[in-house]
Amino acid sequence: MPISNNFRYAIESQNINIYYGDFRAVKDITLRIRQNKITAIIGPSGCGKSTLLRSFNRMNELVPSSHIDGEIHFMGRNIYSPDVDPVEIRRSIGMVFQKPNPFPKSIFENVAWGARINGFTSDFGRPNMDVWVEHCLKRAALWDEVKDKLDQSGLSLSGGQQQRLCIARAIAIQPQIILMDEPASALDPIATLKIEELMRELAEEYTIIVVTHNMQQAARVSDFTAFLTMDTDRSGILVEYGETNQIFTNPHDDRTEGYITGRFG
Amino acid sequence: MRLTLPPLFVINLKRRHLLERIWRVVFRSSTVIGIIFLSLLLYNITNQSFGYVAEETKIDPDSLSVNGVPLKQLTVLELRDILAKNISSGRLRQLDRENPLLKMSNTEIYNLVWAEVVKPEIKASWSLYDSVFNKKKVFMEVAIKFPKAELKFISWINPVFLSSSQSSDPLKAGIRTAILGTLWTVFLTLIIAFPLGVGAAIYLEEYADDNRINRIIQTNINNLAGVPSIIYGMLGLAIFVRALEPITSGTIFGFSTPQSANGRTILSAGLTLAVLVLPLIIINAQEAIRSVSNSIRQASYGIGATKWQTVWSHVLPGAIPGILTGSILAISRAIGETAPLVVIGAATYITFDPNNIFSKFTSLPIQIYQWTARPQAEFRNLAAAAILVLLAILLSLNGVAIYFRNRYRK
Repeated sequence: MPISNNFRYAIESQNINIYYGDFRAVKDITLRIRQNKITAIIGPSGCGKSTLLRSFNRMNELVPSSHIDGEIHFMGRNIYSPDVDPVEIRRSIGMVFQKPNPFPKSIFENVAWGARINGFTSDFGRPNMDVWVEHCLKRAALWDEVKDKLDQSGLSLSGGQQQRLCIARAIAIQPQIILMDEPASALDPIATLKIEELMRELAEEYTIIVVTHNMQQAARVSDFTAFLTMDTDRSGILVEYGETNQIFTNPHDDRTEGYITGRFG
Repeated sequence: MRLTLPPLFVINLKRRHLLERIWRVVFRSSTVIGIIFLSLLLYNITNQSFGYVAEETKIDPDSLSVNGVPLKQLTVLELRDILAKNISSGRLRQLDRENPLLKMSNTEIYNLVWAEVVKPEIKASWSLYDSVFNKKKVFMEVAIKFPKAELKFISWINPVFLSSSQSSDPLKAGIRTAILGTLWTVFLTLIIAFPLGVGAAIYLEEYADDNRINRIIQTNINNLAGVPSIIYGMLGLAIFVRALEPITSGTIFGFSTPQSANGRTILSAGLTLAVLVLPLIIINAQEAIRSVSNSIRQASYGIGATKWQTVWSHVLPGAIPGILTGSILAISRAIGETAPLVVIGAATYITFDPNNIFSKFTSLPIQIYQWTARPQAEFRNLAAAAILVLLAILLSLNGVAIYFRNRYRK
């Protein structure tokens, strides 16, 4: 499948293989992610979901032994071509991690730091940092809970609040895509629900790719779903990709059906 | 089909509890033995740092009083007359040249009279134990052997001891030069080894690839931390004292005072000790950097931070308590080092304060070593007092380390 360079797609991977040393963790995956939609990646443990997700903003190359071949196109460029700066890619493609990981700094600083280091400027009538932090915290549905304690440590918040702080931190750098690696798996059901609502709201503005173990979550929150599983040599392959509705009600592949009905995985 | 098995377990609780009790006794006794040795050390030192001394004066100070006015209340002029009467005219002229007598304050000239005329001298000294528990014996001994002597209970650590420089008279000898030498050296060690060590640790932890060469470097650093310190002394002698003599003696910078001594200077000592503690600082700092949670690094990279921004804003703040603690402990080691300083030629007897990094110097451990080697018993008391001072410095440094650790710990 050739690269479409169609702007309906936020990011497109073309035959990517990701290796850890000699082990191939992800095999030959081609995936087109739609703009301003939520795409869920589901699949059994160890099938390379997180690895695939982290390859979208070149976070995977921080693992010393990993390497990747294939192409991932974002804004008409292959993000793995040698002239592309991974730092710039990570500014445009933000990430929220499985375990809430706010910086051990104040709530304000958690949001402001990323913006500041990426050259946030408030000249020429742009909002200043206070306004921007407030905006991001409101966008992450956290403002009302923290507006009186912006100078307290981000670690003083509850788990769900911490995760929303991490989302605020991610949107503070104005990304186009937000990658979420099981963002609610460490949270209780109510906090999970809040995060899911938030994701739906954020999808109006951002493209969201979410890895999840929780199939109900994928069904509730996503527009598109990609199902990965393990090949016989334990590397991850893409089995089926389509609209969430179709994947969950009328899967074309037996393996998908087996997984979503809980017969396997 | 189910197997019918005999009971598989015998009740052996008694034996297991007995074993537990035995091991508890073993572990407790090793702790107790350690504490005993430490207490013996402390006892030994304090025992010698305080106690009775028998002090004889050459001239009874009371006999120097003029018209019934005691020595202490005499005027400068009267005191000068006493000096003139009791010491040779040559010595008087010499003293006057060093410091004009008539411009002295009352106390200054009184001290001079005390040192030059009264000339107190310690005839014997007793340990703290004897001074407290065998008082009678001490008094008897003094009465028989030194009838003229005055028996005084003194602390060998006293203001005079802390503020005087080295002297051949145990009553006047002090550790001022040694303390200053130690402070200069250690300060130099710190400003050389701390940035180098932390820099190397950051490189090894955050930047270096995990390849063969870096693993070899890492192993070597770990081994260097265990190299005997005298080897570093040889290294310092060969490189800093001999090969780099023009630099370490300061001659190429135009320092050629009598205080600079062919490269056997504070600079050489500081460099040698810096090389000695460098591996320790690197290892401790690496440990601290490694303990910073990886998820923080990920979070930082994930919002487009460069490696340096990540290290500076997140890794270092998280690692700083560990780095400081480790460095302070390394510095305490440098303070206590004697062997390398002996090898690079620290002075054992100097009476002037070091005033720049090209000065000759001595340090506390060297001073202690030198005093314990002297035949007079009084110098052993001085050595014990100096050990107490050294211990106090080390303990306060460790206290600072603990303070940092607790302050930054979540």
